[in-house]
Amino acid sequence: MSTPTDTRLGWSRWRRSWWYHATYYAQTWRGSVAGTVLFPIFYLAALGVGVGHLVSAHSGLVDGQTYLHFIAPSLLATTTMQLGEGESLWPVLAAVKWIRSYHAAAATPLEPLDILIGKLSWVVTRALATGVVYTIVIGAFGALQSWWSLVLPLIGGLVTLAFAAPFVAYAASVQSDASFIVIYRFAIVPMFLFSATFYPISAYPGYLQPVVQFVPLYHGVALARSAAYGQWPLLPTVGHLAVLLAMSVVGVLWGRRSLRRRLVD
Amino acid sequence: MTAEPILQASDLVKRFGESTAVDGVSFSINSGESFGFLGPNGAGKTSTMRMISAVSQPTAGSLSVFGLDPRTHGPAIRGRIGVVPQEDTLELELSVRLNLEMFGRYFDIPRAVLRERTADLLAFTQLSERANDRVEDLSGGMKRRLTIARALINQPEILILDEPTTGLDPQARHLLWDRLYRLKREGVTLIITTHYMDEAEQLCDRLVVMDHGSIVASGTPRELITHHSTREVVELRFNTDSHDGYHDRLAPFAQRLEILPDRVLLYVDEGDETLRLIHQEDIAPMSALVRRSSLEDVFLRLTGRTLVD
Amino acid sequence: MLTRTLPQFGSRRSIRIFERNLMVYRSQWLMLISGFFEPLFYLLSIGIGLNHLVGSVPVGGRLVSYATFVAPGMLATSAMNGATIDTIFNTFFRLKISHSYDAVLSTPLDVTDVALGEVWWALARASLYAASFIVCMVLLGDAGSAWVVLCWPAAILTSFAFSAIGLAVCTYIRSWQDFDLVTIVQLPLFLFSATFFPISLYPRWLGAVVAVSPLYQSAALMRGLSLGVFQWVMIGRAAYLAVLALVGLRLASNRFRRILTP
Ligand SMILES: Nc1ncnc2c1ncn2[C@@H]1O[C@H](COP(=O)(O)OP(=O)(O)O)[C@@H](O)[C@H]1O
Ligand SMILES: [Mg+2]
Repeated sequence: MSTPTDTRLGWSRWRRSWWYHATYYAQTWRGSVAGTVLFPIFYLAALGVGVGHLVSAHSGLVDGQTYLHFIAPSLLATTTMQLGEGESLWPVLAAVKWIRSYHAAAATPLEPLDILIGKLSWVVTRALATGVVYTIVIGAFGALQSWWSLVLPLIGGLVTLAFAAPFVAYAASVQSDASFIVIYRFAIVPMFLFSATFYPISAYPGYLQPVVQFVPLYHGVALARSAAYGQWPLLPTVGHLAVLLAMSVVGVLWGRRSLRRRLVD
Repeated sequence: MTAEPILQASDLVKRFGESTAVDGVSFSINSGESFGFLGPNGAGKTSTMRMISAVSQPTAGSLSVFGLDPRTHGPAIRGRIGVVPQEDTLELELSVRLNLEMFGRYFDIPRAVLRERTADLLAFTQLSERANDRVEDLSGGMKRRLTIARALINQPEILILDEPTTGLDPQARHLLWDRLYRLKREGVTLIITTHYMDEAEQLCDRLVVMDHGSIVASGTPRELITHHSTREVVELRFNTDSHDGYHDRLAPFAQRLEILPDRVLLYVDEGDETLRLIHQEDIAPMSALVRRSSLEDVFLRLTGRTLVD
Repeated sequence: MLTRTLPQFGSRRSIRIFERNLMVYRSQWLMLISGFFEPLFYLLSIGIGLNHLVGSVPVGGRLVSYATFVAPGMLATSAMNGATIDTIFNTFFRLKISHSYDAVLSTPLDVTDVALGEVWWALARASLYAASFIVCMVLLGDAGSAWVVLCWPAAILTSFAFSAIGLAVCTYIRSWQDFDLVTIVQLPLFLFSATFFPISLYPRWLGAVVAVSPLYQSAALMRGLSLGVFQWVMIGRAAYLAVLALVGLRLASNRFRRILTP
């Protein structure tokens, strides 16, 4: 299908698609809103304060920071990654296969690309909200140290987009959810653990350090840390941004293709 | 065919909290018979089926299946009956064959026996070619057939079918009916609920009509028709927006007259004769149809024409 | 044997539910295997970095490495997660979405057989996972002593408790959205059950609250076993888990009966 209207930028269709996803979420928000507020508190209290106590007793500062300062930004990055994943795999497969709500949406003037953009912009909206809450909670723990921390929510949004886009694309292209749990256990969990999240990359043996740089989440963690510390080393920053943006763009292109196949062909 | 009852219920009641789903029904089913429960949605058919298949406990009344009380001998009774529930409850992740074999294991049937029976049942329900496919990929009719095959895995003496053909296309329905005939010939007692009249007429030796939890009529299909309807029905359609005006003019011709929004039904014994008389009176319908009275007429007469839900 | 003295807990037929799950999961072996790796990743990650940052932690009058301190807690957590994922999520699906239990109940099996059978399944899986985890602990040098083998029955007991509780919880879940609430309970259990730092860091009153957590009792029990430090209180911890298991199973059976055979 390629009528001239396809190529026109569809702000109004995107807005409608965003609303569609927001409305859908509005009926099911109860538990996840509580989680948005509580999880940062839990994580910071247990790891930042609890484990931080042990760390400072033994090693003092980490990376020139207290452990709480060190870990707060990386928790924001891991959380927004998990938001991107959690909102994309099962919900999207449900929408194209079980509930078929995307088929219903595709029967309206919305094009597959509109559905995709509405979905992603809605997930990013939630990521921004999560980022704001996270930043406030970090502040409440007394761990904000730079005005640059105000861009933490934006970095959260970018991390979410970088993961949500390819995951939406993938979920829209599969027939069963069998692979999702494997993705969770072999990609999400290792990224959570091995992105220099809980200790600096210098803890890895020298030969492993370049490998860690191939972990996509590492770049999100690094950016979040820059924002929290207010330190932006030029080249690494450009590199981190490039990786996350590339993931987003590839994800959107792939997602347009797989949604089109699923809904229109 | 022996005439001793294999299943007996008297004053059976099932309540869910405040609401009464089954309100004191009594019936008795003979071995080898095929017995129907007819009724609109919400009449209490499924609730009755679940009680006689020893899955849900009656609130009051007495029930005996194979001479046993389902309240105390649930496992023993369930071991000797087969159930085709209203909704298919197949294992979607498993293949067709494994669905049957796994189900057989619940009855403690040895694996070797199961393999043989599975092959037979798949052939019987014309599913042999799909034996290794995932159930998820089957059509509705195939799933229904598989559910029936599954219900037969323990070679049941009673087969309980809750709306076995709802939602199936005509081909699938006829195939199912044919299979049920064969089972009946083999001596299996069939208990069927349905709201398809043709199905009840085709399959049931005897039936009861349920409405609002009670039995409102019972007998053979023929008895029910003679009892609650006339031999024939004349359907007349006039070129008008409302047929109400024809009531008084047509009433003398019929034993009973029913005015519907789009047509008039005359319940009579001799349809063609009635039609001739009507034409003589210069009443000119746009179309006229004479047909034999069916269970559907009985059903609508007994349970009313308004939608139940 | 449990089933003889307490018939309301299901019968020998419950083993058929185990068989059923074995059949269903045979096609999902990758998912089963992947379950082995999650706790292993945690151990590795802690071994690489946190172990050095934290140094040693006092346990039962001894100083042990952080990895040795954390590993039993991870074992307890993985027993909890394995048991609850299987019972809460998968059982919810069978109970309320696919209605596969309805079919089971038209066979000689009873509701209590279904509940008990799901527990058997959770236990079988848990014992495999726990065994492999303990092997990893030993290989990575995170085991405190040879007594670590006793963590195996302790992990199975933990799975028993959590799968029974999970089954009971599962019956109260109305829709997928309620799973968010499950996570809201599970995450703090994981983070605050003295898994990552000793209970002595808490103020006294908060420590008393933490002690109620079954995950804490399990982690503390396993930590003692792993280090070969035996105290009377460990019997109390095991008993606590056993009582939770029986209460959970009983509640689950009752709830299953109400839902499946109204
Ligand atoms: N589990 C249940 N809980 C509460 N009410 C029920 C339950 N099952 C059936 N009912 C009610 O009992 C009545 C009879 O239902 P059912 O036996 O399913 O009728 P039928 O099968 O004839 O359509 C209906 O009003 C229905 O809403
Ligand atoms: Mg029904």
